[in-house]
Amino acid sequence: MTLTVILICAVFLLVLGPFAVAMRTTGAASRLIYGASLAAAAASFAASVAHLLAAASPETIALPLGIPWLGAHFRLDVLSAFFLVVIDLGAISASLFAFGYGMHETAPGRVLPFYPAFLAAMTCVVLADDAFTFLLSWEFMSLVSWALVMAHHRLPENVRAGYIYLVMASFGTLCLLLGFGLLAGADGHYTFAQMRAAHPSAAIGAMAMLLALFGAGSKAGIVPLHVWLPLAHPAAPSQVSGLMSGVMTKVAVYGFVRIVFDLAGAPAWWWSIVVLVLAGVTTVMGVLYALMQHDLKRLLAYHTVENIGIVFIGFGLALAFKAYGMPFAAALAFTAALLHVFNHSLFKSLLFFGSGAVLAATGERDMEHLGGLIHRMPQTAFAFLIGCVAISALPPLNGFVSEWLTFQAILLSPQLPSWGLKLLVPAVGALLALSAALAAACFVKAYGVTFLGRARTRAAEAAAETDAFSLAAMMLLAALCLLAGILPGLFIDALAPVSSAFIGARMPVQSGLQWVSIIPIAASRSSYDGLLVFFFMVISGGLAAFAIHRFASDRLRRAPAWDCGYPDPSPATQYSAMSFAQPIRRVFGSVVFQARETGGIPVPGDTRPAWLKVELRDPFWDYLYAPLATAIARVADRLNRLQFLTIRQFLTLVFGALVILLLVLAVWS
Amino acid sequence: MVLIRDLAIQGAQMLLVLLLAPLFTGFVRKAKAQLLRRQGPPLIQPYLDLVRLSRKDVVLAESASWLFRVVPYLVFSATWVAASLVPTFRTGLLFSWSADLIAIIALLGSARFFLALAGLDVGTSFGGIGSSREVMIASLAEPAMIMIVFTLALVAGSTQLSTIAGFLSSSGAGLRVSLALALIALVMVAIAENGRIPIDNPATHLELTMVHEAMVLEYSGRHLALIELAASLKLMLYVSLIACLFAPWGIEASGAASPALAIGIAAYAGKLAVAGFLLALFETSIAKMRVFRVPEFLGAALMLGLLATLLLFVSRSL
Amino acid sequence: MSRIDFDVAHVLAGFLVLISFLELYQDRLYALLNVYAAHALVLAASVAWQAFLQDAPHLYVTAMIALVFKAIVIPVALHRIIVRLGIHRQIEKVVGVGTTMLAGMGLVALSMVVMLRVTQQAGPLAQEDLAFALSVVLLGLLMMVTRRNAVGQVVGFMSLENGLVLAATGARGMPLVVEISVAFSILIAFIVIGIFLFRIRERFDTVDVQVIDTFRGER
Repeated sequence: MTLTVILICAVFLLVLGPFAVAMRTTGAASRLIYGASLAAAAASFAASVAHLLAAASPETIALPLGIPWLGAHFRLDVLSAFFLVVIDLGAISASLFAFGYGMHETAPGRVLPFYPAFLAAMTCVVLADDAFTFLLSWEFMSLVSWALVMAHHRLPENVRAGYIYLVMASFGTLCLLLGFGLLAGADGHYTFAQMRAAHPSAAIGAMAMLLALFGAGSKAGIVPLHVWLPLAHPAAPSQVSGLMSGVMTKVAVYGFVRIVFDLAGAPAWWWSIVVLVLAGVTTVMGVLYALMQHDLKRLLAYHTVENIGIVFIGFGLALAFKAYGMPFAAALAFTAALLHVFNHSLFKSLLFFGSGAVLAATGERDMEHLGGLIHRMPQTAFAFLIGCVAISALPPLNGFVSEWLTFQAILLSPQLPSWGLKLLVPAVGALLALSAALAAACFVKAYGVTFLGRARTRAAEAAAETDAFSLAAMMLLAALCLLAGILPGLFIDALAPVSSAFIGARMPVQSGLQWVSIIPIAASRSSYDGLLVFFFMVISGGLAAFAIHRFASDRLRRAPAWDCGYPDPSPATQYSAMSFAQPIRRVFGSVVFQARETGGIPVPGDTRPAWLKVELRDPFWDYLYAPLATAIARVADRLNRLQFLTIRQFLTLVFGALVILLLVLAVWS
Repeated sequence: MVLIRDLAIQGAQMLLVLLLAPLFTGFVRKAKAQLLRRQGPPLIQPYLDLVRLSRKDVVLAESASWLFRVVPYLVFSATWVAASLVPTFRTGLLFSWSADLIAIIALLGSARFFLALAGLDVGTSFGGIGSSREVMIASLAEPAMIMIVFTLALVAGSTQLSTIAGFLSSSGAGLRVSLALALIALVMVAIAENGRIPIDNPATHLELTMVHEAMVLEYSGRHLALIELAASLKLMLYVSLIACLFAPWGIEASGAASPALAIGIAAYAGKLAVAGFLLALFETSIAKMRVFRVPEFLGAALMLGLLATLLLFVSRSL
Repeated sequence: MSRIDFDVAHVLAGFLVLISFLELYQDRLYALLNVYAAHALVLAASVAWQAFLQDAPHLYVTAMIALVFKAIVIPVALHRIIVRLGIHRQIEKVVGVGTTMLAGMGLVALSMVVMLRVTQQAGPLAQEDLAFALSVVLLGLLMMVTRRNAVGQVVGFMSLENGLVLAATGARGMPLVVEISVAFSILIAFIVIGIFLFRIRERFDTVDVQVIDTFRGER
């Protein structure tokens, strides 16, 4: 019943696409499409929340579409329900945001038909119960999001972004195809139910895990397959960027969880080593890349890479604990990762919507041309601030809760018997702590340079506040961030059925604990009470304000800035994004990115300006992708000669191939 | 009855740290002056400064926003809440289970986040200098602190500060290599986080040597008073942390009788005096580091913390 | 042997590893010599503690030798050599301090893993002491590999020897004869190295091994 409701919503969204094409020229088309998407997403959200909270048993439907002897299978279990909640919350907020923001769209005909189809595709991926439906929905999702990335196709960087996105998406699908093929076996058991029952051997399971990690991981943004993400996410319109970063990466995470925790059989201990190494590198590299950026959307996209790394650290720990038969620790790590999936979709969407509002108000994405927007766009600035505080993992908001749970899982790891893990996990813990501190630095930069200070250009001075619908979407997400931070027990309990189903254990029941605190393992070990911390902060701040205003002074007057007695009226003297990041660029960037700064000051009398140039080299482009591209080009050049053979040589090729196949047949049978 | 007594003790702890923090700062300044053969300001000078500042008008820059006015209250409340949760004369405080050591460090991180934003708010270059250097220092000091927390948590089996303090004061801990390394790293991180020499000079107003002072350059009046009080509270927090973890004599668990309470308070006062004198001695005998030597210093602290954690992962008795 | 005895031995061995890291961090020659003196001091304390624990009086002699020769005589003598040779007092490193420290961490982890696996049947005190001793040896080798200055390499070599002494005392039963012969051989090697350094300096006007390498004639 719930599954039918959700499928009907998905079909409705698919139908909206052609409807939007038909309505293209009318003015109200944008509002209608986004409003209809909002309604469908809300219905789907209600259904999946009901399923998740009730911890209902899985529902399946088999439709006679697609391959004749296979059909299309759909299944709604607790994992799908959780990811549907994430998708639908993202869709609701994005549609609400786009209800207002969509009026600024310059090419609505290229966005409106694909937007509801994108939502429908993501829903179908999560509901798919056989390999064919899964891959079809996955490819459809990639294709539709590619179309959205190419919406403003006149800009050359968007064209390049679309091309690289398409190549990486194809690579991802290839890996997933091979993975499903291995799991299906020689008999072609493509439905997930058959794969679950088949109990693959250790070698097949390991290959499937690696292929899922590379396939789904490339869509999620695991280093070194992340290169498309910071190009494609900023190129799309802002509501779609929020969906791609906040929601589509989570659909990729769903693919990984489904294959590795459900279909590939019992995990071996060394799987966690591969996942943890990649995740640790991803976390730190993501935030270091983000610190070097001054394009607001690109910074946010690189930051998504970091948070996906944190999610995969949780999954790596869960795999290690599961392989060694420590179910409660595995449940803790698994719940921490899933909670971070939920939290990240909330605050990343909020941040992308904020940057979209800034883009619509000023026409600028580059932080170096913004500044002082807190005076011109106060509500957007407030919502964006909540997003920045949440993503920097600061109490009492939600980012802190999932990171705290991950640290608690790391502290359980000395019980693991493997030496490799004993050395790797503390290093991963140090990398996680390092990335958390660097993330806070990154968002001080992003918020401070964009919203605080003085306006650097005319465009920033002339900015106006965004419309009510976009603000409503952002405030909704900000409120959810606060709620998940002060009442995390509710969300952890909602996730309990998922970890019970896939790990075999769950975290202790969190509701009903005194003062609404959370206890991950045992009360004697650690606990955290977000509500009390928030309460104390409010009380002590309020008390201080009251005492001072009552007993001391509450007068205030405005004056020019002190600036140590050397005030400068030009806004160019304040810190820019590149100058703010200079100390960190010097400490970390000189090693990782070979960051070099060169500058010149002309001699007195020369009227040219002084200049400063910062050079950064991306190690993955230089050492992985550029050599790969050169090698492929060289091989393609050699193979090109095949096009210019004579007729006799073509016939020889065909004859040779036939003989070889006959030989193979003779030897094999 | 027990609840009221525990509530009273928690309240007493909160008031004690608030009232003693300026006195501690005054004591350190007086000791430094005496070591330099000067008279130095009176011990209660910080209290007089706070009263004087809070009576003055706030002079706000024209380009400052509402965030600039709210940040001092945020910084003060976050630091005060964190300081109230660190045991001083008694462990097992009523609300000690609501935030463990990781949460306490994250609260201090929130305070730093908002202060760095305030530095960028007015749009001057001094604020930018302070904020960018502060986040560079934080990007290494915070991971080092987390590694120290891991070490302590692995030794004591919990991240709750009361439990750790209780375990380390019992005979179960012994004299362990990883704890020794953690102590050295904690002292290095405490110096960096509180902006003492050799990382930052708390008494200077020269651009070359500023980190914290540069961020709060535009603050005046009651806002500046709150930020100064928060800085004193933070110093007090770190000293209390080192004292309750590594010098746990005199701290009783919750529920002990009144004589133990008096002994606890006396012991705490003694530890503060010793720590203040050692800090003054250290600050007068060493020069401030160049800004880009600080990452090497903090990198060493991070390595020590990582080494201590590694030793505990590898062997239970180290 | 009570718990506190184990702990003191471990703390002293751990401090030896810490001081080895401190040696890696130094980039001024006089400071390096002071740190090396501290290294020898902690070694003497550790050997003396082992002598107390194992009730082996000849180890006290080893501790005295470490204290007098390695903590006092050798640093003073090296100080004199540096002044006479007029050696450049900044130590150039092959790779940066951060990379060296990270490599040091990796070596400590490696020696922990190797020793704790290989010596399963020895007692826990010996196991962990051996692990620390191997770390000190490897860190001494790392110092020799990452220093361009000949004096820095000599200090690395001597830290390595300190690690060997720690290992030998920890393993219970190091006869005095062995220690005396080892100490004298070190002293001879030191004198020879000193003479060589003088000759090299006279001939080439520098003791930077990178520069001396170019005289080899193959490049």
